[in-house]
Amino acid sequence: MSAASPAGWEVVIGLEIHAQLATQSKIFSGAPTTYGAEANTQACLVDLGYPGVLPVLNEEVVRMATLFGLAVNATVARRSVFARKNYFYPDLPKGYQISQFELPIVEHGEMVITDENGNDMRIGITRAHLEEDAGKSVHEGFDASSGIDLNRAGTPLLEIVSEPDLRSAKQAIAYMRKIHSIVRYLGISDGNMQEGSFRCDANVSVRPVGQSELGTRAELKNLNSFRFIEKAINFEIERQVDLIEDGGAVVQETRLYDADRDETRPMRSKEEANDYRYFPDPDLLPVEISEEFIDAVRATLPELPAAKHQRFVKDFALKTDDADILTSSRTLADYYEAVVAATAAEPQTAANWVIGDLSAALNRDGIEIADSKVSADDLASLVNRIHDNTISGKIAKQVFDAMWEGEGSADDIIEAQGLKQITDSSAIESIVDNVIAANPKQADEYRGGKQKLIGFFVGLVMKETKGQANPGQVNKILKTKLDA
Amino acid sequence: MDLHGQSLSELKQGLEQGDFTSVEITQSLLARIEQHNASLNALLTITAEQALIAAADADAARAKGNAGPLCGLPIIHKDIFCTRAVKTSCGSKMLDNFVSPYDATVVERLATAGAVVLGKANMDEFAMGSSNETSFYGPVKNPWNLECSPGGSSGGSSASVAARLAPAATGTDTGGSIRQPAALTGTVGIKPTYGRVSRYGMIAFASSLDQAGVITRSAEDAARVMGVMAGFDERDSTSIDEPVPDYVASLGESIKGLRVGIVRQHFDEGLDADTGVQVKQAIAVLESMGATAVEVNLPNIDLSVPTYYVVAPAECSSNLSRFDGVRFGYRAEGANDLLDLYCRSRGEGFGDEVKRRIMTGAYVLSAGYYDAYYLKAQQVRQLIADDFKKAFADVDVIAGPTAPSPAFKLGDKVDDPIQMYLNDIYTIGANLAGLPAISVPCGFVNDMPVGLHLVGAHFDEATLLRIGYQYQQQTEWHTCCPEAFR
Repeated sequence: MSAASPAGWEVVIGLEIHAQLATQSKIFSGAPTTYGAEANTQACLVDLGYPGVLPVLNEEVVRMATLFGLAVNATVARRSVFARKNYFYPDLPKGYQISQFELPIVEHGEMVITDENGNDMRIGITRAHLEEDAGKSVHEGFDASSGIDLNRAGTPLLEIVSEPDLRSAKQAIAYMRKIHSIVRYLGISDGNMQEGSFRCDANVSVRPVGQSELGTRAELKNLNSFRFIEKAINFEIERQVDLIEDGGAVVQETRLYDADRDETRPMRSKEEANDYRYFPDPDLLPVEISEEFIDAVRATLPELPAAKHQRFVKDFALKTDDADILTSSRTLADYYEAVVAATAAEPQTAANWVIGDLSAALNRDGIEIADSKVSADDLASLVNRIHDNTISGKIAKQVFDAMWEGEGSADDIIEAQGLKQITDSSAIESIVDNVIAANPKQADEYRGGKQKLIGFFVGLVMKETKGQANPGQVNKILKTKLDA
Repeated sequence: MDLHGQSLSELKQGLEQGDFTSVEITQSLLARIEQHNASLNALLTITAEQALIAAADADAARAKGNAGPLCGLPIIHKDIFCTRAVKTSCGSKMLDNFVSPYDATVVERLATAGAVVLGKANMDEFAMGSSNETSFYGPVKNPWNLECSPGGSSGGSSASVAARLAPAATGTDTGGSIRQPAALTGTVGIKPTYGRVSRYGMIAFASSLDQAGVITRSAEDAARVMGVMAGFDERDSTSIDEPVPDYVASLGESIKGLRVGIVRQHFDEGLDADTGVQVKQAIAVLESMGATAVEVNLPNIDLSVPTYYVVAPAECSSNLSRFDGVRFGYRAEGANDLLDLYCRSRGEGFGDEVKRRIMTGAYVLSAGYYDAYYLKAQQVRQLIADDFKKAFADVDVIAGPTAPSPAFKLGDKVDDPIQMYLNDIYTIGANLAGLPAISVPCGFVNDMPVGLHLVGAHFDEATLLRIGYQYQQQTEWHTCCPEAFR
């Protein structure tokens, strides 16, 4: 029995993902969407829901939603309608959210994930629709009141709803990672969970194995990291199973995940009965999309992660796990391909450098690939110097570190620090001769059968040459001389 | 000099001829307002200082040769249009403290054309009413009989024009709120095609029905003002990008051969008999000018009022949610928590009719009732619109009475909302179908004015104005003035 599915129970999970679309301005007004501005400096009168203001659609969001729909094999509606979702809350200035209800812009898509057993699993995407975000409530620091920051009000969101096809927390994470990757690949969202530009709610229910009817579901909110989502779902599964096995019934409610206590709790309800009284927004026209528009957007579809992964494995002979990492972000994949294009070395070698030293340096400095201190071209030149035997792999690490610190190109550093590999056989031979002569005891032991002592001699030669002798040649020459 | 008796067009001519200045006109009208407003309660805010500055600027511009189409001409804005730095109350306690940070597009356009704003007109609260009796600031009196209603919701606008406080006043019309007050005060009121005039800055009542228009004393004056108000506005997604014709230039064209539709259903027991006589006489005048009367059938027209009273409240229940005491407007004191804040601010800030419509609207949109009410009403609305479309295959305009009777006494219908709603029986169809419509004065019943109502095809404001103008060449109803205000 795995933690994901208690014996005799089947878990059913559906995810609702809100991806903030990376437009310059809001979905229905021209106010900017930049994150982190001082409170209430990025909300214009339209966002503030002042009397008499009207929404005007930002066309870019239509393109982005269409691109997403095409990327997940969905139907892009030729006609979709904005609807008002009515409820009262101070962070919702108009007293309604402009969303889409009966006629969303995208429907019937899919995403293929890899399940726990390594098999492909198709997850349906019921719909994706456009809507505006609400502002933020701040409950701390206002002395028994709450502060409202409306900077976020009106930011465009794409709400992506999956079919309840997921059967475990691990599958949910896999699906979420794929969606996360896709929206970043398409350049429609920066997918920053800490900043709230990628949010996930999970609908979780359980039912006895074999039952076709769905159990009552709870909606989990406030899940802002992949790790929390997994823990929250697993806690919830156990809670529901325990509840039912003890004779209770699951209540349909919204629950918040508390990361400190690792538990879900019913949310303090912010609205009473949730009758949103949806109706088509009379201030906005239906969104009508032509075939030409869809074709034009389709032509801009980038190579998607799955296809890129396949190509990397096939054309570059990469290991699957390496291809996974390299295709996890489009910028990383592009960087990697640029390195491959500029080097004569094997793609796997380039992969090792990107996944190894480069990634370590990025992580250490807390920066993204786009801000890498070593460009793809420069990394490629470094790899080339290993490939053409100018330096050893070990020395290359030293050179890389110096490049990262901004000391110059690979060639500059090799020159400046005199790191060129010693490949001159006669030079190596004379050092080898000296080393063997200085260590007769070990030489005899080696000749006597202790083959492992080769390492001892290699070490001494490398020390003599400050690591710059070509290790392969050193090995060869030592063996020749010792065996002589 | 009798400046207040002159029409907008006459004042324009006078300014152009140098007979007087805009400052003189403005001073004269401000004096009249001071004299008469207390008895009429037509204006909520009088912008005397700003008006005199604007008038002086207009005179200066004219002297430089930079006179816009309405340069130096006085106007009043219904208090539903946001005016920067000047209070906009929408006739409600909810906005008694509201000063808009921006100007409505209509306000901007008229200012750019050179108009001088004298003040903001009283109105039914949030445009909900047909008698100007729901205003937080008290009812407006009809200049023809101070015991009577001037109609609503643009009652302050119609009373101002009828009393010659200004030659023109903007209004809004959702179910007849420009046309019915015009009919009840002997003035001209026009509601354009939906989408013709920008709704940006016009506080929303029912978004799919609201349109801005104007009340004047002549069709010619209305043509001048409409020419400035109309036009595409990118800030309003329902604004239509269609060129605006020169409404004034086409006024003089003959109406010979025009086909005037008469709706069989209109002249039934719902209509006061004497009013019917006046309207029929008006149609006869049109015929005498060469128009042909043709009977048309609008089979679903009787469903107009019930349809409207589902759709309009639904939209308003949502539009008025933003009035919650949080960011602007009335906020109740000493609320205990959020719900308390909402309930008390809205409970205390809104009047009864507004609350009635919000509740009706929430009900017809609610789960389990949406299909039976809102969806059904929108479907019937389409039927009504289709009826008009079919009729316009055979006629150029549809004529009838604007209101079922002349102005009623204040207080007569306040206890019977349904009776009040039936005032809009003839006007509502045009809103539901998005068609332009106009009311022109066409006679008196018991010394109170009545109006002829004309509905045109989409974007055919020009024909309506032309008929009005031609009719006013043959008749003098539009020149009549209540005795107390001559």
